[in-house]
Amino acid sequence: MSKVVLDESRSDESTKGHISKILISWAVASIIGMSLVWFVLGPHLPPGTMTDQAAGQQFDIKFVSTLAVPVLFFVWFFFGYSIMKWRVRPGEDPLAGGANIRGNSKAQGTWYILTTVIVLGMAVYGTYFLVVPAGAGGGEGASPIWTPATKNMLQVQVIAQQWRFTYRWPQFGGMETTSLELPLNTEIQFNVTSLDVIHDFWAYQLGVKADANPDYNNIAFAKTQQTGRFVVRCDELCGIWHGAMYNYGNVVSQSQFQTWATNMEKQNAAVTKLLPKYATTYTPSYSGAGGGYYNTATDPNASL
Amino acid sequence: MSKGARAGAVIVSFFAVIGLLVWAVVGYLRTSPPTVSASTSSTPGVVNLTMQTDGAVGVGPHPNWVGYFVQDANGGWHQTTLIQLPANSDIHVTLYEYDSGGTLRNNVWSQVEGTVGNVAYVNGVAESIVNPNTSTGNGIAHSFNVPALGINVPMYGVSGSAKNFCSSGPCNLSEAHTTMTFDFKTGAAGTYRWQCFVPCGLGFLNGNGGPMTALGYMAGFLKVV
Repeated sequence: MSKVVLDESRSDESTKGHISKILISWAVASIIGMSLVWFVLGPHLPPGTMTDQAAGQQFDIKFVSTLAVPVLFFVWFFFGYSIMKWRVRPGEDPLAGGANIRGNSKAQGTWYILTTVIVLGMAVYGTYFLVVPAGAGGGEGASPIWTPATKNMLQVQVIAQQWRFTYRWPQFGGMETTSLELPLNTEIQFNVTSLDVIHDFWAYQLGVKADANPDYNNIAFAKTQQTGRFVVRCDELCGIWHGAMYNYGNVVSQSQFQTWATNMEKQNAAVTKLLPKYATTYTPSYSGAGGGYYNTATDPNASL
Repeated sequence: MSKGARAGAVIVSFFAVIGLLVWAVVGYLRTSPPTVSASTSSTPGVVNLTMQTDGAVGVGPHPNWVGYFVQDANGGWHQTTLIQLPANSDIHVTLYEYDSGGTLRNNVWSQVEGTVGNVAYVNGVAESIVNPNTSTGNGIAHSFNVPALGINVPMYGVSGSAKNFCSSGPCNLSEAHTTMTFDFKTGAAGTYRWQCFVPCGLGFLNGNGGPMTALGYMAGFLKVV
């Protein structure tokens, strides 16, 4: 067995010189990288800025991505420098060790403090931006505690069913539509529920995502601030046609929305009369199609 | 048994099992209902699509499931939900409904939507609402719903106690039925998912399993070419 011999000559090299070189190149690259992520990549990061919630999520992703740049670069630069500077060169003994490893309380302390600050800072940041923008577009349950300042909101009930979404509009005579149009610069309250199994209402570009549970109202908020098309997908595996459960919606001007809603209210007037009175949950008829497979023990009409 | 014979038996058994697995997987993957093309009509730009819905298809691995039959140009019926249609054309649909019905879970599906004029003809009478509560008492049996084209056509059921109730498909016109006709326009070429929105999968959770999920029964594709 060959004996490992320490290459004492390497321990003579100035540690400070190496650290300075790594730190300076890392700092310069980080400033450039952070600027590129913030100013160039940032505005194109998902999910866009169609609503305040989406814009908030985009800001969060941009902020975290920018912060990640110096961390990533530090690892890369340290490894890169080490590989270039301390690699075994031709003619050197590959089994020769480097300088003895010794403790460095200053480096360790800096590491502990820095990582603690980053992790705790992210926790505080995440909590703040979950609370302040009214739940950050997530479903908050039937009694949300983080609500928008305005009480004047457009109510949209999202009714998920295998395998399609429909939308009910209590402020427009309780009509139910198969398409989703939203007015610009309007605070929306989504009341998300299901007719059958658990689904999930995910309007990606709106920054809204809320589970749709039967007999339960899951509320999410968003304020529109940009016109355009968005996609709505079910994001909870809900059966074999789950992948086909999606549709498109539009954020349009307020006048266009009024025209659309008025036309739909008129067009759907006859079928609206057949719908049950608007409620925040949508309990299907137990005697309706497939109703026999509900739990008859809780069927209020079981004896009828 | 010698060592060689035992080794041979193991090798033969191994390949037999692998062969069986491959055969089963390939067989399963190749199982698909046929695609039936709509037949041409005497009117330019219009094609005819004739279908029927039955309470029990009577054929295949699930003869008791509800399902669709589609008629080919020669008048033959095929148990399928894969239909080929020409792009940017008017499709004239004749649909014979032979199944019994009931109330809808969501009454929004009682509205005719996405057809020409937003109407369907029920036994020759134009209707924009197929009201499960005020029909002939037999409710809604099934619906023809193509989400991407915005089409929804509900169909009246027939009385389940009718003397000439069709118990097994393909049914014929001498048996109790509702005739639905409607027209719709295909758009650009593509594959469009369609399904029934009346949870008619009896015996499955919420009525949405079994035939509701299966190609050839209550869900399929319009292949617009």
